[in-house]
Amino acid sequence: MKFKALTAVAALLAAPLAYAGGPDDDTLVVNEEVEMATKVAAPAHMSDTGIDTIMSGWHFRTDETQSLQMDDFENPSMIFVDQAVDYFETVDGTEGKSCASCHESVEEFAGLSATMPKMIDGKLTTMEDLLNSHRAEAMGAEPWKWSSAEMQALVALIGLQSRGMPMNVAIDGDAAPYWEQGKEMYYTRYGQLELSCANCHEENYGNFIRADHLSQGQINGFPTYRLKQAKLISRHNRFRGCIRDTRGETFAEGSDEFRALELYVASRGNGLSVETPAVRQ
Amino acid sequence: MRLTTITAAVTLVAGVAVAETVAPGDVQFTEYGEVTQSLTGQPGDAERGKTVFSSRSKGNCVACHAVAQLADVPFHGEVGPELTWTGEVRSAEELRGIVANAKMMFEGTVMPAFYKTTGFTRPGDGYTGKAAAGDLAPILTAQEIEDVVAFLLTLQEG
Repeated sequence: MKFKALTAVAALLAAPLAYAGGPDDDTLVVNEEVEMATKVAAPAHMSDTGIDTIMSGWHFRTDETQSLQMDDFENPSMIFVDQAVDYFETVDGTEGKSCASCHESVEEFAGLSATMPKMIDGKLTTMEDLLNSHRAEAMGAEPWKWSSAEMQALVALIGLQSRGMPMNVAIDGDAAPYWEQGKEMYYTRYGQLELSCANCHEENYGNFIRADHLSQGQINGFPTYRLKQAKLISRHNRFRGCIRDTRGETFAEGSDEFRALELYVASRGNGLSVETPAVRQ
Repeated sequence: MRLTTITAAVTLVAGVAVAETVAPGDVQFTEYGEVTQSLTGQPGDAERGKTVFSSRSKGNCVACHAVAQLADVPFHGEVGPELTWTGEVRSAEELRGIVANAKMMFEGTVMPAFYKTTGFTRPGDGYTGKAAAGDLAPILTAQEIEDVVAFLLTLQEG
């Protein structure tokens, strides 16, 4: 009886331990040529978080999911990125223009996404904001919805131009108050479950919640193809999902609150390579 | 006849008093975060407690706590401590306090409070992401808390 119980306990203990153990030690190389910085020293502003190494969410996924991001022919995001190449050249709005009317090539945006969101004309501006303001002002076109297929495909295409470059968002100067707001949100325990971003992604990354392997919640791979949803997912959509899962009243995609949170979370990834478009579970 | 009626009434009142459910706002915690009084006056049912512990739609305790005795339940979490031996080391009073509101014993703990209805930041309407329409119900009922406590007390090695 005792022996039997102990055996059962041992077997059960072995099961969770087999898939535990935090991030893996694999190396992310895309298309056998671009090596990504997926584990780097945490930025100085994180000195009081207890995290000294920041890590890509890629390290917390299964080998199968990881491999999808290592080859653009297998990366399901690329279907949408290809569509975005078409959107870039598609005329829309009252001015008879496309993106390509003003921008010779999407390649001119290399490096831009690594610095977003950023302050532009006194406003904290995300890539979605930038696209919609150009659509309105240069093209006379209707704004795209935040998480629409068109919007996220183009955000991904522009992000791809920075792939492999280190994230480097500014948090000082006139961005500072927004960064502080985002930081406060990160540590606020929302909803009936009273969970903050930090409860899971700072205190418990590497641990499993049921079948979910908690990452550091980095956004350097967004928009990311999420296998669960089978499409490109925006940063704000993921924020929304997390707050919803606290049994909380979430904020809207494109809200000032989520802009501030995006700046703060992006800054926790400063130094990691831009992985856009990543693949996650 | 009259006497019998009075006796019956007295018995009824006594019965109600014993079985009265303690409302979430009326739960008394000791300075260590224990709850000494049963929330329902009814004994907990360990079998029902096991279901509450394991079900995603109820306590979903297993999302964060591994329990060796629940071999048939997939995917035990790691966020909270393993509870395989908790029935040996914790009293009913401690366990009732922890399940009702663990923050009373462990300040700042990640663990949600399962018998609390106020004091939340942006409470939602379940998992809809929308604002709560009115007062929230506690995550578990008083009897479900008692059932989970009864289940936890059975978690002993050997």
